[in-house]
Amino acid sequence: MSNPQKRSAVGHSVEKVDAFKLARGEAVFTDDYRPAGMLWAKVLRSPHAHARIIKVDTSRALALAGVVDVIWHADVKAIPHTRAGQSHPEPSPYDTVILPHKARFIGDRVAVVAAESLTIAERALELINVEYEELPAVLDMDDALTRTDVLVHEQPDPQGIGGGGRDNLAARIDKQVGDVDAALQGCDLVVERQYHLPRVQASHIEPHISMAWVDVDRRLIVRTSTQVPFHLRRILARILEKSEAEIRVIKPRVGGGFGDKQEMVVEDLVSVLALRTGRPVRLEFTREEELIAARYRHPQRITMTTGVMKDGTIVANRMHVLADTGAYGSHALTVQGNTGQKVLPMYPAANIHFQVECVYTNNPNSGAFRGYGAPQGCFALESHIDEVARELGMDRLELRQKNHIRLGDTDPLSAKLGEGKEGLVRVIRSTGLEEAIALGCEAIGWGNKQEPTAPHLKRGLGMALAMQGSGIAGVDWGAATVKLNDDGSVNLAVGATDIGQGSDTVLAQMCAEELGIPVAKVLVLSSDTDLTPFDVGAYASSTTYVSGGAVVKAATKVREQLAAVLGSAWACDPAAVVFADGGADGPAGQHMTMAEVALYALYEAKIQPMATASHMSNESPPPFAAQFADVEVDPETGQVFLRKIVSAVDCGTPVHPRLVEGQIEGAVAQALGYALFEEVLLDRTGKVLNPNFLDYKIASALDIPPLVTILVETDEPSGPHGAKAAGEVPIDGPAPAIVNAICDAVGVRMYRIPATHERVWRGIKEATQ
Amino acid sequence: VKVELELNGRATAWDIAPGANLLSVLREMGQFSVKLGCETGDCGSCTVLLEGEPVNACVVAAARAHGQRVTTLEGLLGDPLMQSLQREFVAKAGVQCGYCTPGMLISLYAHFKSGGGGDDPELREALTGNLCRCTGYVKPLEAAAAVATDTEQGGAS
Repeated sequence: MSNPQKRSAVGHSVEKVDAFKLARGEAVFTDDYRPAGMLWAKVLRSPHAHARIIKVDTSRALALAGVVDVIWHADVKAIPHTRAGQSHPEPSPYDTVILPHKARFIGDRVAVVAAESLTIAERALELINVEYEELPAVLDMDDALTRTDVLVHEQPDPQGIGGGGRDNLAARIDKQVGDVDAALQGCDLVVERQYHLPRVQASHIEPHISMAWVDVDRRLIVRTSTQVPFHLRRILARILEKSEAEIRVIKPRVGGGFGDKQEMVVEDLVSVLALRTGRPVRLEFTREEELIAARYRHPQRITMTTGVMKDGTIVANRMHVLADTGAYGSHALTVQGNTGQKVLPMYPAANIHFQVECVYTNNPNSGAFRGYGAPQGCFALESHIDEVARELGMDRLELRQKNHIRLGDTDPLSAKLGEGKEGLVRVIRSTGLEEAIALGCEAIGWGNKQEPTAPHLKRGLGMALAMQGSGIAGVDWGAATVKLNDDGSVNLAVGATDIGQGSDTVLAQMCAEELGIPVAKVLVLSSDTDLTPFDVGAYASSTTYVSGGAVVKAATKVREQLAAVLGSAWACDPAAVVFADGGADGPAGQHMTMAEVALYALYEAKIQPMATASHMSNESPPPFAAQFADVEVDPETGQVFLRKIVSAVDCGTPVHPRLVEGQIEGAVAQALGYALFEEVLLDRTGKVLNPNFLDYKIASALDIPPLVTILVETDEPSGPHGAKAAGEVPIDGPAPAIVNAICDAVGVRMYRIPATHERVWRGIKEATQ
Repeated sequence: VKVELELNGRATAWDIAPGANLLSVLREMGQFSVKLGCETGDCGSCTVLLEGEPVNACVVAAARAHGQRVTTLEGLLGDPLMQSLQREFVAKAGVQCGYCTPGMLISLYAHFKSGGGGDDPELREALTGNLCRCTGYVKPLEAAAAVATDTEQGGAS
């Protein structure tokens, strides 16, 4: 590992390796390549929340000029699987088939058309006649939990479902450290509250899009906007009854994912149609489809029960989560597991009880979304800490400082809760939390609240603490290949999946650092299942920490190969050769540029300096965040004005400080929508009421208050160059910080978000009656 | 429908389906900087200049371009103001996934071309039609402010 003082690439905000071509609008995304003879696919979706698909008459659609194929469940083999892009064997239930016999939500797949143009495909949908047998639907979480007469999934179709197909449970967790019930008896104060979390959508601006074709070697090529190319290849092979050798998945630039592309959302359909028609097939979601048929952050109802002593010691903490996975259970167990696992360890009480009931309903699907359950849990816990402090008559900052996790502490819950199975013990080996709290307090003016900007407004401050992970301990792994070229440049091939967050750049920096070359000399290729080694993909805040470890190892091996070559060329100890500033130096003053080293290795020593390395970590060191909100509330209208959001984040060594800041700023922007205005609304039949960006509002430039972003540097011993993760942790704290600030301003607790004008106004009204 | 227009400074003729929107036609014609994000005029990823004014190409009928000047990012790659915007977006790490970037660049280009200034509220107003889910707008706004400073000092455009 290099000396931090002398790092040439890591820690510097170098030019993002793909930035210029993106700023030139070059043809780099999935849809920017259109193979000759391409067909356009469209999905016919169910108008019923729950209905058997008895028969689909495709004859009129097929008779339309330009329609090439129409498929429904009679045309494809039903092989149960999960669309969740997770390591094999996936901890999500196998409750899904390509085209179902039963529609399970309004918007479920019924039939798919492939046609010569989009217009023809759309027209063909109207010509398909479907015979449905409508079934009673279950749309409410409590109903789903108690009713056994309406089952979203019944045996024998699905496999691996929590309730075995006898009830609507998709997943259940019940894990305890200590004995919460007994401990609560001895507490000075017990506070119990319920918190309600909405259904929100990732809303990457590039919709889900895939295209597939069969090449001259009869192999299926899938070009797709995905976070998980290798999982996708494996799942496709299984459900298409092919071998992985017959499938190649190519990930071009991706226009945002945020978890929503950690899922096979459209790839199976284009694959089936390409294989059937022998033609390239393209399928892209409309924004409406994104909002009804992609994935949501799970709506949850969380009950917190906390027992404390008069001095503020938290003795017992119970979190009960009721969650709605919707029609299918992708990520049902693991997202809900994270709600507690990533959140409760912040206050490591001796007694912790974590319970989950995640139910199927006939609502559209939940799934992975940045934070992966932690934003829900963090909202409940950090709102609740303020409530406990208020009842205790203790300062809310002091209560947090008294109880939060510290260096050397063990996180007892992570051992009980792995990724759907027993996990590994986690000890905190780096934390900048205390410094983050101090710096954040200073930046927001904690304890020194400013006057309202107008006499009719009320001002408030709020804070929240958050922690996440860096990959999934003992599960996530990735590999990297480094190869030296004649001119001293290197190819870096990684399965790690750049989806816009900048992983190609961060990994190139680590490679450049080990070889002592400029980042511009690293040519990154990510990701192509034929050309790059394996990686689990872009999720769980794993890439910098896990895949970065693989890059460091592979580049180190290449450096050692070069040192051995130069050691014999210069008749010196290879360990005495130093690589820096784009060249190599020997102990007796010998020097070669990297191009000269490469020419010597290739044409004199006749070796290809090249190495592949894999990396996995049995640890998942948490990044920490202390986040603060300064708000004003108009009590007459319930309107909340954000004045400032401060995020102080410890992500270990920031490999690329400006990209880390960008991760934090983007996460805060998403989180303030979660706090104040984002919610997918369903009517009483389970139909989405606001499937467009006008009615489902995400933050625009005018919604963002001044953001103060502070990087608190620590050195994580298990991380590459001391790095931890940064992508998810900053999305956790803003919502509870904002709601705590609202409470500080007007004395009203918003137990339900988003805290819309109307909800805040009603809350104030009820409190004053 | 026959449409004759000036695309990026060149006389162009299209033969298009009657209902086609400008976004889909421009992409068919290889103008891949024009991105599809919502097709309802809400996200701004398909922002182009129609007679020099920024419009969402997804809600403009392609036929409306008849006799008009249409400019996409491809047509501005040699323009000094656009080049300085691109340079600052890259330098300030204002590009994350890059999908909404061309639309933001066109909106800011139109803002500065029409004499718009570099104050934060003005720049936010200029970007309000462009939704970005990655950046929180902070770095794109920094980039825009840097271009405004350069422009005031006579460095660009």
